[in-house]
Amino acid sequence: MADKNKTTSLDLNNLKSGGFIKERGKDLFTVRLRVPGGRMSVERLKKIAEVADKYGKGFVHLSVRQSVELININFSDFDAVVAELGEGEQKVASCGARIRVPVACGGCEYNPNGLVDTQKSALEVDEKLFGTATGHHKFKVGFAGCPFDCPKSAINDVGFQGAIWPELNLDECISCGLCAKSCAEGAIVMGPDKKPVFSPDRCTYCGDCVKVCPTEAWKSVKKGYTVRIGGKWGRHPLVGTLFATFLPEEKVVEFIAEVLAWYKEKAEGLGRIRVGDIIIKEGADSLLAHLRINFPDHVVEKTIPPQVIETQIGK
Amino acid sequence: MQTIDLRGVSCPTNFVKAKLALELVDEGETVEFLLDDGEPVKNVPRSLKGEGHKLLGLKEAEGHYVLTIEKVGE
Repeated sequence: MADKNKTTSLDLNNLKSGGFIKERGKDLFTVRLRVPGGRMSVERLKKIAEVADKYGKGFVHLSVRQSVELININFSDFDAVVAELGEGEQKVASCGARIRVPVACGGCEYNPNGLVDTQKSALEVDEKLFGTATGHHKFKVGFAGCPFDCPKSAINDVGFQGAIWPELNLDECISCGLCAKSCAEGAIVMGPDKKPVFSPDRCTYCGDCVKVCPTEAWKSVKKGYTVRIGGKWGRHPLVGTLFATFLPEEKVVEFIAEVLAWYKEKAEGLGRIRVGDIIIKEGADSLLAHLRINFPDHVVEKTIPPQVIETQIGK
Repeated sequence: MQTIDLRGVSCPTNFVKAKLALELVDEGETVEFLLDDGEPVKNVPRSLKGEGHKLLGLKEAEGHYVLTIEKVGE
């Protein structure tokens, strides 16, 4: 018979949000701590270091989605680990069929390329949507501050990419040609009159022209997110495709909620399936029509389903 | 006007050298920087603008660019 003194007392509520991940070997778990947008205070970092040192194996792992993972935590220490990490907001990260911790680049505060405040967006999504059960599969959200797209936004279920729309005031232009030189897309060339000629179709909304212009002749007249939906990686990668442009930052949460609502409905009865595969099955028009109801000014006229990346060819 | 030759110097060393050169000139003075085509001419002007200096012009020379900057004070 089991010795009652040797049984472990655990607050199972700590397990419900996920983030305790079984390791190889007996009794050992990884505790995944969420770091939305990858930014944390030095104070929090110190506290994590302290707890990792006391209960872990002398190292932590930085997950590919910016979480900090405490390694080799004995399950009997769960309550102590959670209590010692303390500070209410030190919540563990999720796993399973939920909305995951959003990832983001450093954003526009200190990165010279950043066009929008991705850190703010990531915190807002974390606060309002983190942990929401999808009923089907995991659901990842990522924020890139500009079209350089370091966070690889298009391989998220919903990926956001900062964008600005440039406009030229010819009177203020001094014909220096820096904008044409800076434009990586060839969307700006210098005309015969030594003034820039803009081809909107080629523009990817990076804002380099605005940033380099010495006289502010190029100005940003519209700012928001380019939104791609249906991406994922793993065994069968998909690259998400364009569904909306210049989505205002304050509409991000509502937009994700609408994608989720469509996904939940269309994936009914299909089990563990990601939103990208549902778009392929249903057709992109169905999701476009759903999103157009609430975001008529931002949803694109037409698009294509997420694109399959064949990673097995050549074997 | 001083001319600083930054040809053959890659990013971000060229920008740091430009910044150091501008420390030695007085406010309101103009300096010419010689920059290679490609990344240098795309990055250095923008970075100097970000530091608050005034970009006066950019001209193409033989195989490189000449950027004219007016130093704006601290």
